[in-house]
Amino acid sequence: MTPWPVVTLVMVLAVAPALPGIATRTRAFLTGRRGMPVLQLYRDLAKLLRKNVVYSETTTTVFRIGPIITLATAVVAATLLPLDGHAALLSFSGDLVAFAGLLGLGRFALVLAGLDTGSSFEGMGASREVTVSAFAEPVLFLCFTVLVLATGELSLAGMLGERLAAVWVLTLPSLALTAVALFMLALAETSRVPVDDPGTHLELTMIHEVIVLDHSGPELAMILFASALKLALFGALVVSLLMPRALLAPPLAALILLGGLVAMAVGVGIVEASMARLRMNRLPQFLVAAGALAVVGVILLLR
Amino acid sequence: MSDLHELLLLGVVLTNFWVLGTTRLSSAIRATAIQGALLAALPVALHPGWSLHIIGLAVGTLLVKAILLPTFLSWAIREAAVRREIEPLIGFSGSLLLGTIVVALSFGIAQRIPLPESESALLIPVALATVMIGLIVLTTRNKALTQVVGYLILENGIYVFGLSQAERVPFLVELGVLLDIFVGIFIMGIVVFHINRAFDSMDSTRLTELKD
Repeated sequence: MTPWPVVTLVMVLAVAPALPGIATRTRAFLTGRRGMPVLQLYRDLAKLLRKNVVYSETTTTVFRIGPIITLATAVVAATLLPLDGHAALLSFSGDLVAFAGLLGLGRFALVLAGLDTGSSFEGMGASREVTVSAFAEPVLFLCFTVLVLATGELSLAGMLGERLAAVWVLTLPSLALTAVALFMLALAETSRVPVDDPGTHLELTMIHEVIVLDHSGPELAMILFASALKLALFGALVVSLLMPRALLAPPLAALILLGGLVAMAVGVGIVEASMARLRMNRLPQFLVAAGALAVVGVILLLR
Repeated sequence: MSDLHELLLLGVVLTNFWVLGTTRLSSAIRATAIQGALLAALPVALHPGWSLHIIGLAVGTLLVKAILLPTFLSWAIREAAVRREIEPLIGFSGSLLLGTIVVALSFGIAQRIPLPESESALLIPVALATVMIGLIVLTTRNKALTQVVGYLILENGIYVFGLSQAERVPFLVELGVLLDIFVGIFIMGIVVFHINRAFDSMDSTRLTELKD
């Protein structure tokens, strides 16, 4: 077994906190402002890790394990992806369900932690977060359906690996549609602009930021890191779809992944600069549109 | 290479969904302009030989569908001061879902239609889907201008259908069709303008009310 899956996993874990920074910086640049440093999140994480944790009196264990589960599930989900283009650390038939389930579990733990505080504000955020995920998850499965149909493989490592490189040229239209759907999904899952605004704190419009209001210190650091990692995971999915790297040497594949992730973050920043946040009742429409793209992808393959 | 014309046809489907999902009229018009440009590139991508027929078709389509009509429609919304579709008969999510069903249907139907072999397997299904989505927009939206956009999309579908037989249809017929649409849209625009004058709105449901 080559060391490359481990190396690329470490690389993705190390690079992930830079991605929101790149996105925010791009957005600031395009709207005529300077913006925070790209590496700001690393500093925030370092600061938070040095701090103490403050717990509200009304919270229970559920609140404390929430961030841990969120981070753990995100990292385990990362091991399922073939980040070096060849193999994943963990791979079994049907692990795409595990991937979706892990992300869902992380979200569930965070929502429970939010509800556990007893704050009505966080309860509202929790309800919104769950609403978004209820629309997002079917879309994720539709995207996976396209991949399964295109490659005939049932594991993430298989369908993003050599089989994909073989059928890539034939199925490019479907895959391109799926990549766009996944990009839209990434915006929803990582609470970026048309769905949620990471820049607005303490406003009634926000979704994801609300449920983490009571977290502090290292636990907040875990949540922030998990959120950045999720963006990196979706980025890796999109990059793997558009650029199958199974036939390339692992170092080159890792470099392409790195470039792709940066491009993805820049893309998120461009979307954020060019769109306003959607109204809450328009959110389902955004995700239904993503689903429609994936369905067209499926239809093109079934033809 | 999965060919250029397949990607173009895919773009046509995407612009259809764009029109189905957007609330803003200006955005819907931009979508039809892009669709027009894609349609103009289509004959060139389908028949790589540079015949006069094909070039004329491409240039004519580009002029009428991608430049003239969208400019005219944007002028109309500026004059009538309407920005968005407020309450369509079927909601935006609903019409997006309907759109995917229609696309699935047209792929199913296209396999059963006995037609002479065309250049691209996607041509017929995309044409059918575009016609039907145009019909959806035409029938479920209330604003007269969005209905004009629906008509335009419907027509684009017929154009794609015609492209599958482009070698057999005389050039003049196609130019005549283009001109027809242009005049049609022009008249519709003026009618819309007058509806707006008379009723202070472009809501076509108002036309069913009786007045002295």
